[in-house]
Amino acid sequence: MSGRRQPPAGPAAELDDGQALALLATMRRIRLFEERVAQLKRADEVHGLIHLSIGQEAVAAGVCAQLRGDDPVYSGHRAHGHAIAKGAPLERVMAELMGRVDGLCSGLGGSMHLVDTEHGLLGATGVVGGNVPIALGSALAARLGDSDRVAVVFFGDGAVQAGHFNESVNLATLWGLSLILVCENNGFAEFTPRSAHTNIERVSDVVAPYDLTRETVDGNDVLAVREAFGHLLAAARAGRGPMLLECLTHRVRGHYEGDPARYREALAEEDWRERDPILRLERHGVAAGWFDGDAVAAVERDAGEAVSEAVRFARQSPFPPAELIAELVYADRGRG
Amino acid sequence: MPTKNYADAMLDVLRTAMEEDPSFVVMGNEVLGIGPEGAQFEPFQREYSERIYFPPCSEASFAALAAGAAMCGQRVFAHLGLAPFTYPAFSSIANEIASARTSSGGRLDVPVIMHMSHGLLHGGGGQHSETPMGMYWNLPGIEIVMPSGAREVKGLLRTAIRSDNPTLVVTHAFGYGATDDVPDEDYEIPFGVADLRREGNDVTLVACSAMVGVALEAAEQLAADGVGAEVIDLRTLVPLDEAAILASVAKTGHLVVVDEGRLRCGVASEIAATVSERGFDSLRAPIARVARLDVPVSASAIHEAHISPSAEKIVAAAKGAVGAGAPAASGG
Repeated sequence: MSGRRQPPAGPAAELDDGQALALLATMRRIRLFEERVAQLKRADEVHGLIHLSIGQEAVAAGVCAQLRGDDPVYSGHRAHGHAIAKGAPLERVMAELMGRVDGLCSGLGGSMHLVDTEHGLLGATGVVGGNVPIALGSALAARLGDSDRVAVVFFGDGAVQAGHFNESVNLATLWGLSLILVCENNGFAEFTPRSAHTNIERVSDVVAPYDLTRETVDGNDVLAVREAFGHLLAAARAGRGPMLLECLTHRVRGHYEGDPARYREALAEEDWRERDPILRLERHGVAAGWFDGDAVAAVERDAGEAVSEAVRFARQSPFPPAELIAELVYADRGRG
Repeated sequence: MPTKNYADAMLDVLRTAMEEDPSFVVMGNEVLGIGPEGAQFEPFQREYSERIYFPPCSEASFAALAAGAAMCGQRVFAHLGLAPFTYPAFSSIANEIASARTSSGGRLDVPVIMHMSHGLLHGGGGQHSETPMGMYWNLPGIEIVMPSGAREVKGLLRTAIRSDNPTLVVTHAFGYGATDDVPDEDYEIPFGVADLRREGNDVTLVACSAMVGVALEAAEQLAADGVGAEVIDLRTLVPLDEAAILASVAKTGHLVVVDEGRLRCGVASEIAATVSERGFDSLRAPIARVARLDVPVSASAIHEAHISPSAEKIVAAAKGAVGAGAPAASGG
């Protein structure tokens, strides 16, 4: 779309029909999962602050579909989609959100601190921008371990105004570390439009002075995200330093569930149907002959069943015992 | 036994770790301070340059970066600089590092060493002389190591490198040149085991880091006046050797807690509260705290002396306690 500093190092893998359908399935699973979470939050079955990524699913799906299991991924407070796209089992994510002991973090992390080491989700933070230097450290570890792992950190455009982000971009470029910074630019830092926090509209322009390959894409077009990220990933895999992918997207819900969102006008229904990344891929995929309407319906049905099963699983899981928390604080139990 | 300074003792451990563990990395600038001992780092730096990183003045990110590498299998010694310079990193330490293990349900370990130098840097003024251990002690999930000398720093740093927890190793900004008899061979000092540095029957002096030396000096003066002071070097605040403190207080019946940090919500306060709760029956007089006055540090040497613990202040507090005089709870 714009802002590329230098040509990408390698081509993105060709998309076959099965991969297109898999992208659709991932986005649909995230969407139905989060719609269910919103219901469960209203019913008080989900505990605590909940930030939904409805509308932004194409970024998680387009990026994570191309990653290996051992590529470390870091997310922020709006992490459900990234966890699901990276392979975290729906039922363990749901159990975590419902505070159950079978959750990804035994119910201690909650929505904002999802960790799934088995699938390479190594952290999610509720402090805007706090995840960027942690992710950078994992990129340094890959370098030191002579590994071609690529670290990926998801963050919103609000994080770009944080000191952590700017320090980390400098360090990443200085040391040439294989970190891909994936910005979900939804135009709002929590409750405030981007224009009220910075004069720089595009995140890719913020990092312009650094020697950083960067690209801005339509983040509601999963195919565009996939292709752009694929180019960057190939380059990062080859050790060509940090990259930034800015995905322009739209947050359908408020900052958190329960946010009255008086600070903005909701998008008109017909406008949203045009931009909805899931409907866009459905329309495009059917027109291109990648899949048919029956396959689309089957994806939605399967995702719905998986979400229902996740809720069943979570509801039957017990809450963690009270004494568990004190046992977890130190690796060598009993210290402190 | 060879005499080594603090800087040499630390280098012994860093060298051993570099040799035995290819995942070991050192990050930081002026790792051994800006005094003459800083130059002792140079041969080490030349030898292991591929595993030594010099970050820019990006303290907020640097601690998190080190932790991120540690979470992915590296053993990291990160020198964060003077303790006051860790304040920009506080969010990373509190929000990302200390809580990672608990928040993940025990699935993430952060075996990072965060080294900093604390204490009065004579003439350092309001931003170079902090001792914020009370603040860090309020963050469960990290271990806090406070070596009192060269022998201790060697054994405690060795243990810290083997710990799977995030560990603050806090040396004294003015201590790199301090010498001691330090064995050449590798050894560990276990965490959570205080060192009884001097025995006495009348009063217990509890201290850590550079205040151990000051407390020992006070004990000498007290002995001359016929007061037998027992001196306990805590060596680690987290874990805390409560048993050693309580056993000593059970013997002496009197407690003076000495700390270079500030009085309010500080290390001395926590230890006093612990003994009040668990050792009250042993106490024959109120506990006294000798800590930094609750003011910012000034650049004036007069103020530095005025606000800081000293042997004289400890002696006065101990005599006050033993003599059942007025309770000696005073900053400075």
